[in-house]
Amino acid sequence: MLTIDTVTREQVEDFMFLEAEMLDEWRLKEWLTLFTADGSYYVPTTDTPANASPDNALFYVADDRFRLEQRVERLLKRTAHAEFPKSKTRHLVSNVRIRARHDDELDVGAAVLTYRTKMGLTETYIGSYRYRIAVTPEGLRIREKRCILDMEGLKPNGRISIIL
Amino acid sequence: MNMPLTPEQPAVWNDPEHHIFKVSRRSFTDTQVFRDEYNRIFDKCWLYLGHESELVKPGDFVARIVAKRSILFTRDAQNKVNAFFNACPHRGAQVCRERKGNAKSFQCFYHGWVFGADGTLKSQPGSECYPADFNANGAANLVPVPRLDSYRGFWFLCFDRNVQSLSDYLANAKEWIDIIADQSEVGMTLVGGTQEYQIRANWKLLTENSIDGYHAINTHATYVDYLKNMQGSMSPVPFEGTGYDLGNGHAVIEYKAPWGRPVAQWIPLWGEEGKIELAKVRARLVERFGEARADRIATLNRNMFIFPNLVLNDIMAITVRTYFPTAPDAMQISAWALAPKDESAWARKFRLSNFLEFLGPGGFATPDDVEALEQCQRGYEAMKEAPWNDMSKGMIKEKVNYDDELQMRVFWNEWQRRTQATALGKGDA
Repeated sequence: MLTIDTVTREQVEDFMFLEAEMLDEWRLKEWLTLFTADGSYYVPTTDTPANASPDNALFYVADDRFRLEQRVERLLKRTAHAEFPKSKTRHLVSNVRIRARHDDELDVGAAVLTYRTKMGLTETYIGSYRYRIAVTPEGLRIREKRCILDMEGLKPNGRISIIL
Repeated sequence: MNMPLTPEQPAVWNDPEHHIFKVSRRSFTDTQVFRDEYNRIFDKCWLYLGHESELVKPGDFVARIVAKRSILFTRDAQNKVNAFFNACPHRGAQVCRERKGNAKSFQCFYHGWVFGADGTLKSQPGSECYPADFNANGAANLVPVPRLDSYRGFWFLCFDRNVQSLSDYLANAKEWIDIIADQSEVGMTLVGGTQEYQIRANWKLLTENSIDGYHAINTHATYVDYLKNMQGSMSPVPFEGTGYDLGNGHAVIEYKAPWGRPVAQWIPLWGEEGKIELAKVRARLVERFGEARADRIATLNRNMFIFPNLVLNDIMAITVRTYFPTAPDAMQISAWALAPKDESAWARKFRLSNFLEFLGPGGFATPDDVEALEQCQRGYEAMKEAPWNDMSKGMIKEKVNYDDELQMRVFWNEWQRRTQATALGKGDA
């Protein structure tokens, strides 16, 4: 069984690579099971400090567990026009590092490059990840996922219609 | 319905008698039209620069692009608000390369000239090589924008020195800006964080989309599903309202809607704490403005457009949105959240949560708008063979509905008056 003291970077990497695979294969309902019951997902705006709170700063995305489920439900509908027909995506996760361990939780950093292709155009999202990953009897679970974009705004992307 | 195109045919085909209002798709694709828009609209109209809350203390500055020009927006030591072209009078390099901050002075890194926040030249290396009265006429100071003025905290600039006053230009939009500014007794503020994005579509498509009540049911079907799924996220209010022409190309739709408003339409999701909080906000509005105006501020939504490129949407949250074309098929957008300075931490949190549900490129609605605009732009490649957009919804009515297209016709009529654009280019006949 995994414990907070013995979990290795390789195990964390495997978990994050699995997550990337689920996203790229649009297995979004399955992806939701990687989160804790109180899990959240954030993408701050690019002129906001990386550790800002969505309670007092404008983000691009600030989903609690309920809204995250609703995001997934929306994206799987034909009426989610921005993702119909669905784009092809590829999440490349690299530079994974366990930055700290406290209580039942890992503080994990990584670099991420995501490509989205639709209607003859390929767009790139460049950034870093910061995860709070809970070590539970059922395995690793995401308590918070934060994608911090290195770009100056969403140019030329225009939207975050996929999960980063 | 098509008619033969001639080089003289205006790009906007407005025939009220026959309830025809069409817009030539060339307006969205042509590079000459694009150049004319800069010369005749962006170089001539008052343009939104920024909000007073971005410059709180002396020395605060913001550098941003307005109609291609890099502008330095400052509050100087005398507390005066200024706007300069961010270009060194010496050789033209940008003197400020940070986006915002606080500074006593700005030094151009190229040759080291130093300017105060009031734009005056403070020092220059090698000053002994220039005459003693080198800057006696101020020609070595930062160049101020030709016109700068504000209304209720919103700062505008104009590149045309001879433009009418800002007050006259805003016309009837002023009383609608008041409805937003009156939501706080101590002033409104932009909340930290800018949503910046680019859409591969003509800028006028975003104008139409920002004040379009007609598209919501189709384009935003998943957002409405979401409201329904979220227990208690709706109040029992139907969508209803009307559109108004505010003069000079400005327009607004005002309507009731079922979503919660932090000022002040309660929804069950916000619980008892929220109910008490919003009752207080509402009671104070009644004290200040009386029942009727308080009711209008609190429960009606407004999507307002100020010609040529400012959108103030007071809906489930307030967004300030401005955008500029960089090519016929590309625009850059900046959007902020506006809030009462004095609202509680509770209200601020729910306001921002509300904002993100619907608004912005990561929300549950805006990505679908972006998709729609880009799909339109692709459709316009066939503009020679399929040349017209229809914009006539509601022309047969005495009083239009909020989901008719009057507000877009107001924009297009002003756009036509200024650009004198034609449906067919000279070389296209």
